[in-house]
Amino acid sequence: MLNAKTTDATPRLRRHLRRATLGLAGGLALALSAGLALADPAKVLIPANPGGGWDGAGRQTMAAMNQAKIFTDGVNFTNKGGAAGTIGLAEFVRTAKGDDNALLVTGVIMVAGVITNKTPVSLNDTTPLVRLTNEYNAIAVPADSPIKTPQDFIAALKADPGALSVGGGSAGGADHVMLAMLAKHAGAPVNKINFVAFSGGEILAALGGGKIKAAISGASEFRQFAQSGRIRIIAVSGPTRLEGLDVPTLKEAGIPVEIGNWRGFVGAPGMSEAGRKAWLDRFAKLHTSDVWKATLKNQGWEDAYLSGPEFIAFLKSEETNWAQALREVGIVQ
Amino acid sequence: MDTLTQLIAGFAIALQPINLFWALVGCALGTAVGVLPGIGPALTIALLMPVTAQVAPESAFIMFAGILYGALYGGSTTSILLNTPGESGSVMTALEGNRMARTGRGAAALATAAIGSFVAGTFGTLALTFLAPAIAELAFIFGPEDYFALMILSFTSVAVVMGTSRVRGFTALFFGLALGTIGIDTQTGQSRMVFGTLELLDGISFTVVLVALFAVGETLYVASRNAQVQAVMNPLSGGVWMTKEDWARSWKPWLRGTLIGFPIGSLPAGGTEIPTFLSYTLERRLSPHPEQFGEGAIEGVAGPEAANNAAAAGILVPLLTLGLPSTATAAVLLAAFQNYGLQPGPLLFATNPGLLWGLIASLYIGNVILLVLNLPLVGIWVRLLLIPRPYIYAGIVVFALVGVWGLSTSWMDLALMCGLGLIGYMARVYDFPIAPALIGLILGPQAEIQLRRALAVSQNDWSVLVSTPISATLLAIAALVLVLPLLLRRMRRVERRIEEEAAAK
Repeated sequence: MLNAKTTDATPRLRRHLRRATLGLAGGLALALSAGLALADPAKVLIPANPGGGWDGAGRQTMAAMNQAKIFTDGVNFTNKGGAAGTIGLAEFVRTAKGDDNALLVTGVIMVAGVITNKTPVSLNDTTPLVRLTNEYNAIAVPADSPIKTPQDFIAALKADPGALSVGGGSAGGADHVMLAMLAKHAGAPVNKINFVAFSGGEILAALGGGKIKAAISGASEFRQFAQSGRIRIIAVSGPTRLEGLDVPTLKEAGIPVEIGNWRGFVGAPGMSEAGRKAWLDRFAKLHTSDVWKATLKNQGWEDAYLSGPEFIAFLKSEETNWAQALREVGIVQ
Repeated sequence: MDTLTQLIAGFAIALQPINLFWALVGCALGTAVGVLPGIGPALTIALLMPVTAQVAPESAFIMFAGILYGALYGGSTTSILLNTPGESGSVMTALEGNRMARTGRGAAALATAAIGSFVAGTFGTLALTFLAPAIAELAFIFGPEDYFALMILSFTSVAVVMGTSRVRGFTALFFGLALGTIGIDTQTGQSRMVFGTLELLDGISFTVVLVALFAVGETLYVASRNAQVQAVMNPLSGGVWMTKEDWARSWKPWLRGTLIGFPIGSLPAGGTEIPTFLSYTLERRLSPHPEQFGEGAIEGVAGPEAANNAAAAGILVPLLTLGLPSTATAAVLLAAFQNYGLQPGPLLFATNPGLLWGLIASLYIGNVILLVLNLPLVGIWVRLLLIPRPYIYAGIVVFALVGVWGLSTSWMDLALMCGLGLIGYMARVYDFPIAPALIGLILGPQAEIQLRRALAVSQNDWSVLVSTPISATLLAIAALVLVLPLLLRRMRRVERRIEEEAAAK
């Protein structure tokens, strides 16, 4: 705790000094700036287009940090979307080297994207910092479906995997891999599963209209349609039940499948030890702040804070698990 | 009557001076981004979201609605005057609109576009107010096979806009289809024709192709011909205003465009483009002057412009009633709702009626503001044509470069724009139509996805494609559209031969 305070004091002191010197030059500018333009702003690369999940993760997190007065030197955002975030990753590795204030928003989709797209760079080329949020998946069926429990779903999958059309996000994503894991558990041939890829809201219309037999997607996407009675959520993929949702976890149903869509931050390649520590401290402070708790609630994100060496170990295990899972689904040969 | 009282309460909110101000800001901003290629309403709203965090949600959404409608008004202006559509929904407008501008009827084209947008926007908003819950149910009725049939209908009906010869038209169409196959295949996750480049994994951006083929190609063409053709255009040879005949020829296409645009726009996979294709084809079929199409027929501007505005109102139906985003813009709007801790859907009508009805009321107001903003500007816009061509085309190239770079900050997109621009130039020189290439690029991937979804669900049983009444009907119409003109032509030829024989006797 004491340690954390001293490391934080250094940049703050430096900032005060810088403000003081510049203050001599122009008092009015100083009063207005409040550290916005004068100090070293963070450069956050968002590997997706404006409006998506990563965009929200990047902008909301940095806004919360500013609001909680943890990092108030301003932020420059760059959106560089495409190819599951790997285009942003390649750009980040190429341009941000050694920059202590450069951050990249990342997540499970990028881990999978690096493997599927066989990109020359990977998250190992960056300085891993922190996992912040998680969103668990859910399985939903049309309201009048005979499938009522996770066991029914497994039974249907076992009986005829081809006949059970299951919608989800992009092929090779968390939804697809989750279905493959379920098929494996059911003892059904993984190469026979009938995964139908959707984008955006179309999946809800297809499921509500009974065009597909089931769907796997982020739990929050299903919530409202489940409340209005158009679809039924039969299972969630997290370790515990979700608040306000009377639905069993897969684990409770005896199905050892746990998969989630996590998001976090990594730092620039070759980030200095001091820089890394400073950012880890800032994220640690953010995690305990009330502002962050409000942000999580507003955005419907689940707290999944994991930092430092634990996060590095987690990244490693994710890479091995995903490489194996994607081979099994047939996305990677 | 409950709807009416709610709507009146909504007007009370939307008419507050501060909200009127935001509506005006949104409309002006929307018109501006509509004019610029590459910058669309989705990107604008996404970038404004953090800025509006301090504004009350009512005001923010009223501004966003202004941007959504404004972009469609603005998109038509550059289509008509400069043959450079700012948005994908304005591609069809360029076909006839630019011809009209070249013959000095630019003001009439702009006016019919603006008034058509107003009519369609108003009727669309009325439908949104009173019919939204019923129309939203369409989303659950349409399955992949129905969407596929709708795409096929669009394909066959645009076969008529193929330009001077069928071979040229189909060449352009297949060029667009080929471009559309580049990138990750969504159903299997495999990459296709990316040649090992990360930048191509998400496919070629529609905006890049749009800007390259239209703006860059056109600029190169004008530059190459500038020395020879000193075209002195009188921008106002047809008068500033629409003539009586223009009105008579416009009002039906406005209404028909609205009727096509609103329901298709409200489908989760509908969008604003397909209604414009269908509307153009329909007007060409129904017009008493089909020979004028391709030379500047006002119906060809009035119909598609009404269709794309009605579709924009339609997009709000699944978003507000079900919380279903159907386009990029709707997805950003959904994110904006969530930013304020609101979840669109049936519950929102109960929990936050002030915001929702204020938003709907602001759509009526936005339409009036846009009409008032755009009609007087028509006279100023057409003056663009008085600017010497070298300056204006230099300006277009700068806007094109900035727009494409701003879209993705990707050198690959810039290189593609230059390469495709050369192809656009060749197309102009050898008289290949450009619209079919864009139609192929838009519809090809959509048709493929829907076809493969339908087949996946049916486990490769092809009969699924005619299994629903909607898909069977749409496919039947598509077949008719393709076969009927051939039959008619043959019949006419036979008739003529009989007449000739009769005359010879």
